Amino acid sequence: MNSTVSFFYFLSFLTILSAVMVVVSRNPIHSVLYLILAFFTLSGHYILLNAQFLAAVNIIVYAGAIMVLFLFVIMFLNMKQDNEEAKTNIAKIAATIVGGTVFVILFGAYRKSAIPAFNPENFDSQVGMIENLGHILFREYLLPFELASILLLVAMVGAVMLGKREIGERHF
Amino acid sequence: MIPNPNIPEVSIPSVIQNIPLQHYLILSTLLFVIGIIGVLTRRNAIIIFMSVELMLNAANLLLIAFSSYRSDPSGQVFVFFIMAVAAAEVAVGLAIIVMIYRNTRNTDIGFLNKLKW
Amino acid sequence: MDLTEFLVKTATIFVVFVLTLVIAMYSTWAERKVAGFIQDRMGPNRAGWGGLLQPLADAGKMFFKEDFIPALANKWLFIAGPSLAMLTALLASAVIPFGSTFRINGHEIVLQGVESNIGILYVFGVVALGVYGIMVGGWASNNKFSLLGAIRAASQNISYEVAMGLSLIAILMMSSSLSLGEIVAQQHGMNWNIFYQPLGFLIFITCSFAECNRVPFDLPECETELVGGYHTEYGSMKLGFYLFAEYINMFISSAIISVLYFGGYNYPGMDWVYSQLTSALGSETGHNIATLIGTAVFFGKALFFIFFYMWVRWTIPRFRYDQLMNLGWKKLIPLAIFNIIITGAAVLFLKPVITAWLN
Repeated sequence: MNSTVSFFYFLSFLTILSAVMVVVSRNPIHSVLYLILAFFTLSGHYILLNAQFLAAVNIIVYAGAIMVLFLFVIMFLNMKQDNEEAKTNIAKIAATIVGGTVFVILFGAYRKSAIPAFNPENFDSQVGMIENLGHILFREYLLPFELASILLLVAMVGAVMLGKREIGERHF
Repeated sequence: MIPNPNIPEVSIPSVIQNIPLQHYLILSTLLFVIGIIGVLTRRNAIIIFMSVELMLNAANLLLIAFSSYRSDPSGQVFVFFIMAVAAAEVAVGLAIIVMIYRNTRNTDIGFLNKLKW
Repeated sequence: MDLTEFLVKTATIFVVFVLTLVIAMYSTWAERKVAGFIQDRMGPNRAGWGGLLQPLADAGKMFFKEDFIPALANKWLFIAGPSLAMLTALLASAVIPFGSTFRINGHEIVLQGVESNIGILYVFGVVALGVYGIMVGGWASNNKFSLLGAIRAASQNISYEVAMGLSLIAILMMSSSLSLGEIVAQQHGMNWNIFYQPLGFLIFITCSFAECNRVPFDLPECETELVGGYHTEYGSMKLGFYLFAEYINMFISSAIISVLYFGGYNYPGMDWVYSQLTSALGSETGHNIATLIGTAVFFGKALFFIFFYMWVRWTIPRFRYDQLMNLGWKKLIPLAIFNIIITGAAVLFLKPVITAWLN
């Protein structure tokens, strides 16, 4: 077992652990911080898979923007004390059973299906580089790209409209 | 002119040579399942939202793994789109959560039962 | 990767690390000296010659103060805040090209921690993470002023990151590379980006002031409104870490500015110097000395921008918060988009005409 492989298993362990802590933590701030850790480990996976551009974008978009927004809202609503009523144990057990069943079903499906290995002859290590992705993005996927920009515009307008305080509305 | 060092050539990553794709499948399925369990067990709307993000990221990981193993850049472009969609989703979703907090002083989804008969 | 290569890389990273820390340390001294000069007084002059030992004295004071954690603070996050600030500040220097190459026995050693083809994205990602240290620390203090400072810092950093990223895109369109080493190499021969991107440079430097939380954008720690902002509750070396991280950020952003817009280690007439040195001292020693001169020029540029930060700090008053947001969202972002359109048009239409005319 060489060092990269053991590093892969270590990263996977860290990913799963922080994902579990996101769900288990009682304090929302801790959840956010564990989720940031999970995104970092996922970026590590992307780098191992030679997708450097997406690793950087993952950090910038998820850890740098989205999670700051989460943290911002949590601080804004001042959710420091844990006043979340826990669901009943039956609900928790049922949820775990549902999740476990999904996992078992998918796992069974993987065992039955033939998953392709990589092909050393036509392997292209430059796939994840930004030049390559840019060519694909702006040639074959130009329409979805433009649509994504419209989606972002609509989301921005929606967020501003939702956040705007109407006349007579009470303050925080 | 002072010579500029070139970027070294990248060969096949060691992970792709040594780890079967099944491991990535299992890892991302586990992440997805943890996300599902989070959505089902928690009542705080923000934590539920974070679990959804976790599920999206499980899908991202799988897309990138397949794309790298098969040398097909389309998968990575899709991840790019998923990130754009996630950003839009978070902007609107958090705005909605803040609105809910303004009206109910709480982000517990159990309080949003006014439409229940 | 064999052992010597590994050791060389380790040594490079260590040198970069130490240099960053030393420069940040002496920035605190320089800040007081500059303040003294601008306000017509002496500045620190007791510890050592010209007060040169002042940073060490400050560090000693910080270390020996009582390490205090407020009773109602979240203990782990209270400690994590300054650590995160320091960590993210130090991470960014890894991809900055400090100079060209060293030649030792035919081996080329690059004066750069990591040469990466996503260098600028890496820097941008690390800068985006810088806000966590402030937010976590401010929240964990369990103090309204700290929380307000943290929220201000977060909204300010997010807002100005957008304009910063957009102003960078114009540079990327011109250089068609994300690697910092490549961007510097393309500016060889007085081909500096500042001549092509004056508007982009203005937007970038304004945003980097905001990202470093420096005056005129130091609202997160504005003492007239918020006591001390996010570090109100901090004392001893934890406070020292916050202040130190600010100076490191200042050095990093100065270095990035000189790499992106002022040609990094390039200087006018460097080809002539290089040919003179190599013909006089041989291809190895001459090359190394030329590289050293380039590195010195790079640090000169970076230090000038650190001075510029201090100059602005003691000259311009602080913005009001709504003015800050208006400037960020309603002026800088449209300007940056305008800059992108102009650059795109110039690259598409003007550049072929000019190259045809020059030939």
